[in-house]
Amino acid sequence: MGYQTDRQRVEGLGSAKDGTVEWWKQRVAAVALIPLVFLFVVPLLRAVGSDFNTVREIYQSPFNAITGILFFIVIMSHLRQGLQEVIVDYVHGKATMTISLLANTMFTTLIGITGVFSIAKIAFSG
Amino acid sequence: MADVNRGDRPLSPHLSIYRPLYTMILSITHRITGVGMALSITMITWWFLALAVSEEYFEVANAVMTSVAGGFILLASLWALSFHFCNGIRHLFWDAGKGFELETAWRSGLAVLAGSVVLTIAGIMVVAGVF
Repeated sequence: MGYQTDRQRVEGLGSAKDGTVEWWKQRVAAVALIPLVFLFVVPLLRAVGSDFNTVREIYQSPFNAITGILFFIVIMSHLRQGLQEVIVDYVHGKATMTISLLANTMFTTLIGITGVFSIAKIAFSG
Repeated sequence: MADVNRGDRPLSPHLSIYRPLYTMILSITHRITGVGMALSITMITWWFLALAVSEEYFEVANAVMTSVAGGFILLASLWALSFHFCNGIRHLFWDAGKGFELETAWRSGLAVLAGSVVLTIAGIMVVAGVF
């Protein structure tokens, strides 16, 4: 605290400016995932190894469809935040880091949207 | 002139100078399991996409998922998820400012390891149809 200027003390901001929002969002996603991970993994483990129609029936149940879609939405942001932390720590160089962060956002959004769309399509066709 | 070597200075933290501790291993394992599961969720998402597209496409994705390699990836992911789940809860306690004492951190680490094995076995039992 001793190194901060008066203005910095008033604003309450460090050099990262807005990091606390990201930090808090990551914890919100993490807490949401505590129940969601069970709601997603248990039907998935039951579905793996079954035939096409049985697996579709599992995800045509509104309960599994809604929790599955919720899981993909939350895991998309949790994964993006987690990978971002790893990239920021281990990737050096402004250009490489910017490209890595962009790729991370695109990859995790693609995974999330694909999961949400797939489960919705299966659920609506039931 | 004093700043000639600005880009070559050692970066903190230089972990390699420390004797590896078991809590350090747990810490890096949290990251490794997290990054690793990015690959598992990609495979699982592909499986869901195939399920949404057609029966023929599902047969392909399902054959990969249930192959020996796919099964190994799923089993490894199940442990990774169990570990990341337990250690994530440990992190949430730290975020609340609790459990930083050396003795507590050491023991909570053991609990995470035990929990990861228990949850993995529970997951295998779900696959086997026990519950």
